[in-house]
Amino acid sequence: MTHPDEEQLVQAYYGEIDDAFHHHLEECPECAATFDRLKEMLDSVSDYPVPERNSAYGAEVWARLVPHLPLAQPRPGWLRWWVLGPVLATLLTVAFLAGRFTEQRQTGISTTARERVLLMAISDHLERSQIVLTELVHADPQAADLASERDRARDLVSENRLLRETAVHMDDPSVVALLDQLERVLVDVANSPSALPPDDLAALQQRIESEGLLFKVRVTGANTREKGQKL
Amino acid sequence: MDWTDADAAEQARKGDQQAFRVLVERHSQSIFRLAFRMTGNEQDAEDTVQETFLRAYKQLHRFDGRAAFSTWLYRICANCSLDLIRARKSRKEQQDSTGEGATAHWLERVAARDPSPERLSQSRQIANLLEPALQRLSEIERTAFVLRHYEGCDINQIADVLGVGANAAKHSVFRAVQKLRRALQPAWEVGAR
Repeated sequence: MTHPDEEQLVQAYYGEIDDAFHHHLEECPECAATFDRLKEMLDSVSDYPVPERNSAYGAEVWARLVPHLPLAQPRPGWLRWWVLGPVLATLLTVAFLAGRFTEQRQTGISTTARERVLLMAISDHLERSQIVLTELVHADPQAADLASERDRARDLVSENRLLRETAVHMDDPSVVALLDQLERVLVDVANSPSALPPDDLAALQQRIESEGLLFKVRVTGANTREKGQKL
Repeated sequence: MDWTDADAAEQARKGDQQAFRVLVERHSQSIFRLAFRMTGNEQDAEDTVQETFLRAYKQLHRFDGRAAFSTWLYRICANCSLDLIRARKSRKEQQDSTGEGATAHWLERVAARDPSPERLSQSRQIANLLEPALQRLSEIERTAFVLRHYEGCDINQIADVLGVGANAAKHSVFRAVQKLRRALQPAWEVGAR
């Protein structure tokens, strides 16, 4: 084999050259030295670390993306998620509580299954809360019409209370604390005028940011979903 | 649900946002890595990730399934990164992102792994030289090199992302390595002293 040129050495570094090349390196100290220098340089630039992203990063990207996605074809009003969501969550939670209360009298009812249903309901609730919070955080204080967010917050408040009650029964203090914190914000939004004064909206945005509420909702939502899926 | 990328893309194309969500959650980490290495800046990388998925969603009808979904997404991400780099250049912000602050941040992370004086000195040299050297590569060279060296893409995937033939992709990687080698030469001279 003739001496490889520089382009072939680069190909060899990336494993694109056959065994004959490596055989040549063993016999040719000059080419071996050239290849070693190239390898050392390319290895050194591999040390280009990327900031780490946690396991919930995908869910965070999705939450940021959702408000910007073009709307799908409109569905009948009664099929919209903010109408169906609270209804389903309520049904699920009532079913969960009913299961808890009848547990002592019935055998064969899976506690795990009920817990999974509840975890998914909480995750779903947090996801919808997250969308409302994201829209609030990104609203322009000077030109914000919050009628839609206010209506959705009203639905979420009652659902939030029900889920909080259930989380108390489940003895899950971290979720209870988060739902408490979330409820205070949702109540404020639910009771606000649709045209919130800029200062009030800015204060609300500041509050959501400073309490890290959006982040907590994202992470807890993702963790809860993961936990539910594993059950 | 364990959708394949192709199935999820098909469902998303029919308007199922949850299917698209599966794709976003599955590919966010790798798209962030590519975006960061293309732009060299964390905030720009975040913006690029968002723009990549937004464009992908709007262009889903163009995804024909001939290439892997991840390759198609890489192509969009590479284009978004290049758009951002061009915009940054035109705003003359390049200096901010490749200047002392960015280099020091990069260096801290490298140096923390091996704090020996020789290694630190060479790392400092490489840190000072690498990002500007990457910035000086042509758009195709930078994309080809990042995909080959950091993302481990093969030549056919790179060719697909760049929309060029395999030989052109191969040659772009080679030119990038040549240029980087020249740019980083001073760091090796320091190391040799």
